[in-house]
Amino acid sequence: MTACHESASELLDQLATGRTTALALTQACLSAIASHDESIGAFLHVAGDRACEVAESIDRRRTAGQPLGPLAGLPVALKDLLVTSDQPTTCASRMLDGWLPPYDADCVQRLREADCVLIGKTNMDEFAMGSTTENSAFGPTRTPWRLDCVAGGSSGGSAAAVAAGFAPLAVGSDTGGSIRQPASFCGIVGLKPTYGRVSRYGLVAFASSLDQIGPMGRDVDSVARLLQVLAGHDPKDATSLDTPVPLYTEQLDQPLQGLRIGICKEHDREGLDEEVRQTIHNALDVYRSLGAVVQEIDMQHARFAVACYYLIACSEASSNLARYDGVHYGHRVDQPDGLVEMYSDSRGDAFGTEVKRRIMLGTYALSAGYYDAYYKKAQKVRRLIADDYAKAFQSVDVIASPVAPTPAVPLGRLTDDPLEMYLADIYTISANLAGIPGISIPAGFSSDGRPIGLQLLGNSLAEHTLLRAAAMYERETDWHLARVPLDQGTSP
Amino acid sequence: MTAPRTIIGLEVHLQLQTRTKIFCGCANRFNPDEPNVQTCPVCLGLPGALPVLNRLALELSVRAGLALDGSIATFTKWDRKQYYYPDLPKAYQISQFDIPFCQGGHLDVDILQDNGDTLTRKIRLIRVHLEEDAGKNLHDESGRGGNSRIDLNRAGTPLLEIVTEPDIRSAAEAHRFLEELKLLMVYLGVSDCNMQEGSLRCDANVNLEVTNTDGDRVRTPIVEIKNLNSFRGVEAALDFEIVRQLQEFHECHSDYPDHSKQTRGWDADRSITFAQRGKEDASDYRFFPDPDLPPVTLSDQDIARQYDMLCETPTARRKRFHEQLGLSPYDASVLIEQGPQTADYFEAAADQCGDAKRTANWVTQDVQRILNEGNLEIDDLGVDAHGLAELITRINTGQLTTQTARLVFAALVENEGGEGSVSERIEHIVLERGLAAVDDSDSLEPLLDQVIANNSQAADDFRNGKDAAIGKLIGEVMRELRGADPKTVRDALMAKLRP
Amino acid sequence: MTDSPSDQPSQHAFSRDDVLRVARLARLSLDESEIQAITNQLANVLDYVRILEQADTESVQPMSGASGRTDVLRDDLPSPSLTRTQALSSAPRHDDHFFLVPPVLDTTAK
Repeated sequence: MTACHESASELLDQLATGRTTALALTQACLSAIASHDESIGAFLHVAGDRACEVAESIDRRRTAGQPLGPLAGLPVALKDLLVTSDQPTTCASRMLDGWLPPYDADCVQRLREADCVLIGKTNMDEFAMGSTTENSAFGPTRTPWRLDCVAGGSSGGSAAAVAAGFAPLAVGSDTGGSIRQPASFCGIVGLKPTYGRVSRYGLVAFASSLDQIGPMGRDVDSVARLLQVLAGHDPKDATSLDTPVPLYTEQLDQPLQGLRIGICKEHDREGLDEEVRQTIHNALDVYRSLGAVVQEIDMQHARFAVACYYLIACSEASSNLARYDGVHYGHRVDQPDGLVEMYSDSRGDAFGTEVKRRIMLGTYALSAGYYDAYYKKAQKVRRLIADDYAKAFQSVDVIASPVAPTPAVPLGRLTDDPLEMYLADIYTISANLAGIPGISIPAGFSSDGRPIGLQLLGNSLAEHTLLRAAAMYERETDWHLARVPLDQGTSP
Repeated sequence: MTAPRTIIGLEVHLQLQTRTKIFCGCANRFNPDEPNVQTCPVCLGLPGALPVLNRLALELSVRAGLALDGSIATFTKWDRKQYYYPDLPKAYQISQFDIPFCQGGHLDVDILQDNGDTLTRKIRLIRVHLEEDAGKNLHDESGRGGNSRIDLNRAGTPLLEIVTEPDIRSAAEAHRFLEELKLLMVYLGVSDCNMQEGSLRCDANVNLEVTNTDGDRVRTPIVEIKNLNSFRGVEAALDFEIVRQLQEFHECHSDYPDHSKQTRGWDADRSITFAQRGKEDASDYRFFPDPDLPPVTLSDQDIARQYDMLCETPTARRKRFHEQLGLSPYDASVLIEQGPQTADYFEAAADQCGDAKRTANWVTQDVQRILNEGNLEIDDLGVDAHGLAELITRINTGQLTTQTARLVFAALVENEGGEGSVSERIEHIVLERGLAAVDDSDSLEPLLDQVIANNSQAADDFRNGKDAAIGKLIGEVMRELRGADPKTVRDALMAKLRP
Repeated sequence: MTDSPSDQPSQHAFSRDDVLRVARLARLSLDESEIQAITNQLANVLDYVRILEQADTESVQPMSGASGRTDVLRDDLPSPSLTRTQALSSAPRHDDHFFLVPPVLDTTAK
């Protein structure tokens, strides 16, 4: 049981020195999943036999002295939005229930080459649309810390899997905060890279200009190691950046001298939970004690971010999800009356409410007569927001903020009012609009035991700076060492 | 009352001759017999797949635009055109909306008039853009309402869309436009423009400007004709439609129930156009820039580089054949129309032997006949341009007559003449078949005299009645002449020996 | 502050008719309760996004991508295709050669 609670670096060390094997580690994770995932709901698919096969083969190669990938033997959980050729890929939707893809995502290829053990596919909000993982067609995921509360979304399953010790590493995706916010709700580290840093080939698209795949893990080092494997140019993705990948684990333990931290006064707003505010405040004090300088920055166009984000995201989503028409793959209703009915009924039948809502909003925003006022306008405002960040990073190295206005919310709370839900994304969406990287690190707990994360944003391609800034804080604090007492999970 | 004026615009789609599809590495190959074997996650539109633009498709497009005298954009992008149809896997087509890579341009079309004159019509273009093709939707022909079958081999083929201004004034002109366009695109290596295989598709828009009873000029509603399968079909459909529209106009006196653009299909079997229900929601394609495809910039150097790769256009080459090589406009046209390989063949041969006219005759007649009979391409002929030039040179030096050259040519095509260079092979054939022209000029007489002088015994024997003795003399002469018609040689010797 | 007259359609109140039109465009069948709920919810969201009208975007270029890249092209080289079996493997209906769909609505009147 305790094997799954260790960080990636600890486990790699154990594997290298023979204190454990890939198979033992995998089996421990599988056992933990078997015992505890029913109450958490992190996984949609567990690749038990296959994972053990891969683990055994890695152990054999290690014994034979053959070269191994940098993460050899580590179990990794994959958000079910990532296309895997040997595990179903459902995107938590009835539309793709049981779909077995004929190809692998680029990042899945990289993980295989790194000799990871792909232990299973994790739950998420359907097609990544949501912030709680309650929009899954297959049931919600709860934060392991409080089983009456959500894991966050849309990468809730991946976050919960790491937090529960089901796997030391997980991969998620982030379009408007979907890695960072569940990382915060589950008390782990989650990073959204610069747009284009990680290939999107094989990431089922939600909003093409906002989506990014990113690493999740116990601590900053884990996330750095996983990012190292994921990052890099992919010629199959035309938006993939063709720039060198730095060594993210290098100098991770070296603090940044004179770190300049920006805080945005717009972020301290009504609706921000007092304990969250206090947590961020305390975190900034820790940074100050390390010699960092905290200064206020002006995000002139911050108030437009939510509107801008939702118009762009939903417009692109409406187009990306149009392909689910039951013709070449996906759900098709039995006995359709005719072609048009087949489309409408299949889609109406298989998509959940939030997905339909966003498709409707996006289709409207792109439709004749509305394109200029909505989509095009939003893309212009987007540039203004991106420019705000570019300007801010001239005077600061990172920007600190809460990840979400509150810790993990109880199940069932936000599902009735979509607008309220959208507004809760206020701290995370701008990074996606600007294309800049962001990280969420454990920074405390609410008085009732729910984790609270601190968000740091960095300039384009400044993941290394972000990781070092995060590691600085981590070294001074213990939050990342907290572990869910699995056998005594709080019952709903 | 003025005659009705015909107004025709064409929308042509050409499949580009690249090895692979526009956004993925699947083969770009016409393959109707094996459905769904040239697909991948990208052209199948599978979840998670992403497009990446084919450089050659872009380059060929730019070359086509330049050859059409269009203006190439310095910045261009691709947009999603969204609609639902089973042969469109992503439920959107990646196309170009408001910033096509090429705008304007024109194609000059020569129309032979009834009086024998040639009229050159300049057909202007509105735009040219690059997009992806959809798959094929095969309907249940039995009419029993069975399933349609979808083949996605074609999905993702690069397509050039060329839209003309409504400058075309007759059905015949439309036919000529397509022929000229095809010739140009084949010469450029952009497309093979084969309507039967679907690498060229065409929709035609036509209406008339007529004088109504009040004496005003009015226009009939525009009709878009679809389902055109051949150039001849385009012409026939337009001719039919022009008559139909005029009739309809006279019947309703410009009081049409519906003035909006209509769609009609062409039924090639019955030679009629028929009304088709318009596409629903046809106009709301919800275009927006495709976020998966970064825009493309084309610098002056990029454009210049493509310009340099343009081969000579058929029009320019036709002109040069006429003006510089002295061919008649008709002969020049015939040669050009055979395609670039034939024109190259002709030119290489003409260049070598220096006789363009004779070479043109040989290529358009003898060569073409053999190609037609054997259903061959000119590269499979067995006699290359150099070989043809050698033959023609020998005609011009008198070594061969046209007739004997034809025999040699036929033998060369049959791979006769042994190994060795084509010159050696020609000599061999001439020798073997005794085809050398016996030249009744100054060179023959002295040769006969010399052979007779060198073989005085045989000559005397023959003079004295021993007929067989002439054989030796004939043989010597023939050796000197390197093959000749033995009878002619015999007659010449006899004339000398027994005058 | 708006850029042009054409971006005042946001004044238009989002109605049930809009929902039906958009649902058709998006090929989404909605039951009556969904239609009502979506009409209200989207009206709220659309009302909220009108805040963008306050942003001064005169002479601002739309940002349609976040990678900042241009001119990303691939060479015209083949890469392996899927086999037919693989291509058809996810199809709800196929006959081992083609994808099968109900017939397209007849658009011809002969």
